[in-house]
Amino acid sequence: MFLISPKKLRKFGIIGMNQRNFGLVARYNPRRLYPLVDDKLKTKLLAQKAGITVPKLLGTLLYQHDVRKLEKLLTAYDEFVIKPVKGSGGKGILVISRREHNLYFKPGGDMLSLMEIKRHVSDIISGLHSLGGKPDTVMIESLIKIDPAFSDYSYEGVPDLRVIVLQGYPLMAMLRLATHASDGKANLHQGAVGVGIDIGTGNALHAVQFGKPVQHHPDTRKTFSELAIPHWDKLLSLAAACYEMTGLGYLGVDIVLDRDQGPMIIELNARPGLSIQIANNAGLIPRVNMIESLKHIDPDPESRATFSKQYFSANPSLQSAPHTKHTGSNSLALQ
Amino acid sequence: MQATFRLYTLVLLIMSAGIGLTLYKHLALGFPLLPDEKKLVWIVEAKIDFIAHGNPINVSFTLPPKNQDMVFLNEDFASPDYGFSKLELKTGRRAQWSKRIADGPQTAFYRLSIYKSDPIAAAHATDVQHKLVKPEFDEVLKTAATALLDQARDKSADTETFTRELIKSLNSESPTQNQSLLINNQSSADDKTNLLVSLLAMESISARIVRGLYLEGGRRRQSLANFIEVHDGTQWLLFNQDTGNSGLPDNFLIWQRGGQSLLDVVGGTNSRVSFSIIENVQSSRDLVLSDSQDEQAAIIDFSIYSLPIEQQNAFKMILLLPIGALVVVVMRLLIGIRTSGTFMPVLISLALIETTLVAGILMFLIVVSAGLLIRSYLSHLNLLLVARISAVIIVVITIMASISIISHKLGLSQALTVTFFPLIILAWTIERMSVLWEEDGPKEVFIQGAGSLITAIVAYLFMTNHIIEYLSFNFPELMLVNLAFILILGQYTGYRFTELYRFKSLEQQNVSDKS
Repeated sequence: MFLISPKKLRKFGIIGMNQRNFGLVARYNPRRLYPLVDDKLKTKLLAQKAGITVPKLLGTLLYQHDVRKLEKLLTAYDEFVIKPVKGSGGKGILVISRREHNLYFKPGGDMLSLMEIKRHVSDIISGLHSLGGKPDTVMIESLIKIDPAFSDYSYEGVPDLRVIVLQGYPLMAMLRLATHASDGKANLHQGAVGVGIDIGTGNALHAVQFGKPVQHHPDTRKTFSELAIPHWDKLLSLAAACYEMTGLGYLGVDIVLDRDQGPMIIELNARPGLSIQIANNAGLIPRVNMIESLKHIDPDPESRATFSKQYFSANPSLQSAPHTKHTGSNSLALQ
Repeated sequence: MQATFRLYTLVLLIMSAGIGLTLYKHLALGFPLLPDEKKLVWIVEAKIDFIAHGNPINVSFTLPPKNQDMVFLNEDFASPDYGFSKLELKTGRRAQWSKRIADGPQTAFYRLSIYKSDPIAAAHATDVQHKLVKPEFDEVLKTAATALLDQARDKSADTETFTRELIKSLNSESPTQNQSLLINNQSSADDKTNLLVSLLAMESISARIVRGLYLEGGRRRQSLANFIEVHDGTQWLLFNQDTGNSGLPDNFLIWQRGGQSLLDVVGGTNSRVSFSIIENVQSSRDLVLSDSQDEQAAIIDFSIYSLPIEQQNAFKMILLLPIGALVVVVMRLLIGIRTSGTFMPVLISLALIETTLVAGILMFLIVVSAGLLIRSYLSHLNLLLVARISAVIIVVITIMASISIISHKLGLSQALTVTFFPLIILAWTIERMSVLWEEDGPKEVFIQGAGSLITAIVAYLFMTNHIIEYLSFNFPELMLVNLAFILILGQYTGYRFTELYRFKSLEQQNVSDKS
C-alpha cells in the first residue's frame, strides 16, 4: 500500500492542508495583519522595536535605478545576504559568503560576477519572487555566522529552526538542514533534512529526509542523537514573543543561531507548512486542542514558553494534565 | 458555529432555488431534462448593418426560398422604428424595411428557425430555365475561354460531366496560361461564379448563381457560400464551384438563386450582412420555447434565449466555465493536485474545446517547451522582468505562427487552431515554469505542469460531455447547484488524497517505534 488510511492519520493527530487553512490560518490570522509578516522589512523593524534580535540591515534598494548603487554599497562587505522583502518560501534569497576582487562566491562555491548579482537584484525589484508579481524591495543583510553546535550538521549555510506558535504558545519545532541533495536549500521538498526538536529540552528527536527517517546527516555522517540546540530557553521565549509583536495567532517563526549574537528572528510566516509533523513524527492536533482548551492566554511570553516546555515535552515524566479541562466542543475548528 | 449554520442555510436556499427552477422548467414548461437527438434545429440570424445619413432609407433583403428540404419553424424580423413588409416576387421572397429619416449606425435582424425534413426525394429547383444572354468577352479572353471550353467538351459526355470538367479545370492546382488569364488567386468567389455562368452561356447552357449557408452550430459572422446551378434540359443541377461536386451538400440552406442582389440599401452606406448560426439538438425544446414566448412565461422572457444569437453562442461557452471551476476546486481541495496558476487549467481546457484533445495537448506541450528553451536563453541577456515577459509573448506568437504555417504546409488543418490558446497565459506559464526550474528544479516543473494538464483534461472531459453541455445551456439555474457544491467544498477540512501519500511515512515510523 502506498497510502495511509485517513482514519490512522486522524488517530496520529495529523493536520491536513485544508484543515490548516480553515481551522488555523483563517481562524487565527486576520488578513489585515499579513503585511506585517509578508513584508520582511516591516517584520524586521517591528522586531527591533520589540527588542528582538534580528540580522543587521546593510541596505535596501527600492527602484530599478538604485541597482547602480549596488556596487558602491557592496564594496564594504565581503559576505552578505540579498533578500526580496516580499518573497515567500525562501525564494530569491542569495547568500554570498566570500569575495575575491569582483567575484562573489556562494557558500557552495558557485562564482557570481557583479553583473549577475545586479540581474538578481533587478529581478527582485521587478517582482519576480514576490506574491502576485508585485514590485518588490531588495534588502541586504549581514551574514549569520554559524554556531559551533551546528558546524557538524551543516552542509552549506546556516541551519534554521522553525517553531510553530499558536496564540503565543510554542507547539512544535524543527531544525532544517540543507544537504547536498537539496542543493544547499533548506526546503524539505527538495531533500533538506528536517530534525524534529523536543520542545521540552531542545534535543533532537527524530530526523527525516525525503519523508524517510534518517539517523545521521547524509553529507557529514554525524548522528542526530547528539544534537542539542543551545540557548533553548531564550529561543523559545523569543518565538513566543512574536505573538504579541504581530498579533497573529498561528505563526511559523524562523530562528537562526548566530555564533556571536545568539538566537535571531529571520522571518515570520503566517501560513507555515505541515512537514514539521513528519519531522517530529507527531501530529499537531492534540497540542492545538490543548491550547484551545485554555481558559486564558498568559500575557508573559516566558511563562508561555515554560508551559509549552512542560506539556509538549517528548519526555512523558515531565508531563501532567493541565489544570484546565479539555472540552471537546471548544476545539471545534479541528473537528 | 453560527457561521457554519448560516453557510448551510445559504447552501440549502441556493440549491433548492436551482433545483426548483430546473424542475419548474421541466415539469411546468416541458423542457426535456436530457437531450434527445431526433431533430436538429438551427436558428439562423442575419444581421444587416449600415450607416444612415439622415435620408429616407429603404432596405431590401433577399430571403431564403421555401421550397427546400428544410422546414421553416418560424421567421422573425426585428428592427426598431422601421416599417416592414415581406414581398413575394417572381424572383423570390424579399424583406423590405423602410423609414423616412434615419441617422447613424442602423441594424436590422432577420431570424429563422429551421430543421431538416425527412428526406423524401432529392429536391431540385423546379422552375423553368430562363433565356440565355450570350456574354461578351474581349478577343484575348475569348480565345482563352474557347480553348478551355474545347478541352472540357473533349473530356465530357453531357451537360453534367461538362460542367464538372469545366469547374475542375478552373480550380486546377497548376493552371495553364489560359486559365490564369481568366481567373487567378485574386479573383473573388463572385468573380469565379460570374465567369462560370458566362463560360456556360457561351456553350449555350443556362446557369445561375446560388448562394447558401452551411449550417454548423456555434458559427458567428458567417458569409454565404457560392454555388452554381446548371440546367441540363430537364432539371437544375447544383455544383460546388470549388470542387466540381454536384448535388446539395448536407446541412446546407440555399438562401438565394439567380443574379439579383442579396441586399440593397437605398439611403445608407457601408451596408453589411453577416450570419450567425446556433444549433440545438432539441426540437421539442424549441417548440416549448416558442410556445412559452407566446404565453410570455417570465422565466423564458428573462432568460438567455431572449438574447441575440451571437451572444447566446458566447454564453454557451461562458456557462461551461463554472463546471471547470468546480473541477479545479475538487482537484485542489479533495485530491490535492498542484497546478501552475489556480485557474490556468480552465483556460487551457477552454482552448482544448476548440482544438480537440490530442492535438491541443501536443500543441500546448510544443509551445511551452519551445518557450522554455528560448526563455532559458533570454535569462542570459539581463532583461528586466516586464521586458522579458513581453519578449516571451513575442516568442510564443512566433512559435504559434510557425506551428500554423508548418502544419498547414503539411496539410494538418488541426494545428491551425493553436491560436485558441490564451497567449498571455501561456507566456506567464512559461515565465513561471522557468523560474520554478531555476529555483526548485525540473522535478517541481514536471509536477506542476503535469498537474495543470491533468486538471485541464479532466475539466475538458466534463465540459465536452454532451449531457453537461446541454444542461448547462438549457438549465443555467443549475449553476446555483454548482455554486452550492463549491460553497460546501470550501468547508471541507478533511485530508486531501495526496496527503495520504505524503504522511505515509508516519505509519511506518509509528509501527517501528512501538515494536
